[in-house]
Amino acid sequence: MTVNVRRTVRSLSPVLEPVGVILKYASLLVASAVALLPLVTVFLAGFKTKQEFATTAPLDVPQDWFNVENYVTAFTQGRLLQGFVNTSIILVVSLVGTILIGSMAAYAIDRFDFRGKGLVLGAFLVATLVPGVTTQVATFQVVNGLGLFNTRAAAIVLFMGTDIISIYIFWQFLQSIPKSLDEAAMLDGANRFTIYARIIFPLLKPAIATVVIIKGIGIYNEYYIPYLYMPKQDLGVVSTALFRFQGPFGAQWEVICAGAMLVILPTLFAFLFLQRFIYSGLTQGATK
Amino acid sequence: MAAAVATTPTTTPTAAPGRARSHRGWRATPWLFLLVPLGLLVLFTYVPVANMVWYSFTDWDGLGEMEPVGLANYVRVFTDETYVQVFLVSLYYLVGAAVQLVLALYFATLLSFRTRFRNLFKGLIFFPYLINGVAISLVFLYFLRPGGTLDAVLVLFGVSEPAQWLGDPGIVNVSLAATSVWRYMGLNFVLFLGAIQSIPSELYEAADIDGATSWDTFRFIIAPGIRRVVGLSAILAISGSLSAFEIPFIMLDGANGSTTFVIQTVHTAFEFHKVGLASAMAVVLLLIVLAVTWVQRALFPDEKVDLA
Repeated sequence: MTVNVRRTVRSLSPVLEPVGVILKYASLLVASAVALLPLVTVFLAGFKTKQEFATTAPLDVPQDWFNVENYVTAFTQGRLLQGFVNTSIILVVSLVGTILIGSMAAYAIDRFDFRGKGLVLGAFLVATLVPGVTTQVATFQVVNGLGLFNTRAAAIVLFMGTDIISIYIFWQFLQSIPKSLDEAAMLDGANRFTIYARIIFPLLKPAIATVVIIKGIGIYNEYYIPYLYMPKQDLGVVSTALFRFQGPFGAQWEVICAGAMLVILPTLFAFLFLQRFIYSGLTQGATK
Repeated sequence: MAAAVATTPTTTPTAAPGRARSHRGWRATPWLFLLVPLGLLVLFTYVPVANMVWYSFTDWDGLGEMEPVGLANYVRVFTDETYVQVFLVSLYYLVGAAVQLVLALYFATLLSFRTRFRNLFKGLIFFPYLINGVAISLVFLYFLRPGGTLDAVLVLFGVSEPAQWLGDPGIVNVSLAATSVWRYMGLNFVLFLGAIQSIPSELYEAADIDGATSWDTFRFIIAPGIRRVVGLSAILAISGSLSAFEIPFIMLDGANGSTTFVIQTVHTAFEFHKVGLASAMAVVLLLIVLAVTWVQRALFPDEKVDLA
């Protein structure tokens, strides 16, 4: 039965193959259009004047492609500039902290045998299963109790302290660094801290790159933590500053569109330049 | 303590007597490396989880006195209609997740064969995943608003009276779930594509010689090769749809019947100041996610080791 079907299919292949090719490219084009259309129309709207926006349809191109007025408004009045500054500060400090913390934890787990190691590993493992959003109800009390509410430090400690994925990435990578390197250094009299700082850490560069990419994208896009812990207007990050566009610019879609575009563009450039690393980094990070 | 100090490896190369034991190092050394990571882990994961369980048995507004109420909060989560209803909203996202996985699998398979402009298509399908959630929410508010992009496109196809994509409570969750699919499909797609491309090419060549059709290739080579990553993605998609939050929260703040379980939890805790009740909801969600993960581990053992 199947043999017959297969034979029929095969005999039809001169007809089926071109049809298959057409269907394949048709579906790819549709997918590309679906991915692009929402973004392109927002891009177009960002260049329209208020009046032009009211009188033209979303698919119409703007009259003046160099009308950057909405972008200026978004940057200054919309406090996006401030958002970029705050995001950058939080990003840099959290990344440095995450790299140090993650690599130290991974070093301890991979290079030492000690009592309670199983327990430590288990503690990190189980923590990956706890979805962050749900525990904020109680995390809020801890952050508040530490006096960190409405400071940048709130976001920084949470980004550093709840990131288990980077420990895994470092741990994975450490396993591929031969232990004989440590032993040779030890014979030369180096202590464990020297080994970590002088030998292991420099070798972790590729893993650091992966962590920077995954974590960097995550922090740039994070909305809920800054929204919850840093409601003060001056502490707006990219996400929360853009979120606040909805109020004052409620009826000014052209400004909202320009703001959204300003937030998307850095991601686009990062993607274009770091494509290969982003694909491989996310594959490593998402599957833990 | 004195013994420990004696065996500390020193930086002077002449510490010959201590050398034999120095391989094991000072017993406290690993703990020095773990001090900060473990401290943060306990402070920001385990303390909150423990507190949350404790709060869930109390009636507490977050500031005043805590009053123990036993299981009352849990009873309310499972019986009060407002709280039961939000579970149903998750179903839209579950269906969305299924669609998302099928689409991702379809496009990953397509692009695993020789394709013109492959990198361009791959980039276009994947890029939405990288975009900031607030930006996506605003982009789709603009896309779905009356007279927005979607309506303008539908006019081209002769639809002059489109639906209220976000205003109609009967449609709103479909629109939001579709937005989630738009956002997250790219990640599944790239993971699947990576898994397919890591299948050794000899298998395809052998299949080709044996006269396999594309469908045969998919069924007997690709499908078994990516079973694990698809399983993992399915589990992640299920927990993801149960904890759907950002898009419906930013776009509509849960209006028009788009409140999900997490939005309800957040409102309960931070707007109605019922921390006890909200904690009970969070505990319920946590238990569901743990159960789903446990099922995954049971179905796909040693996933961790292989994919890591």
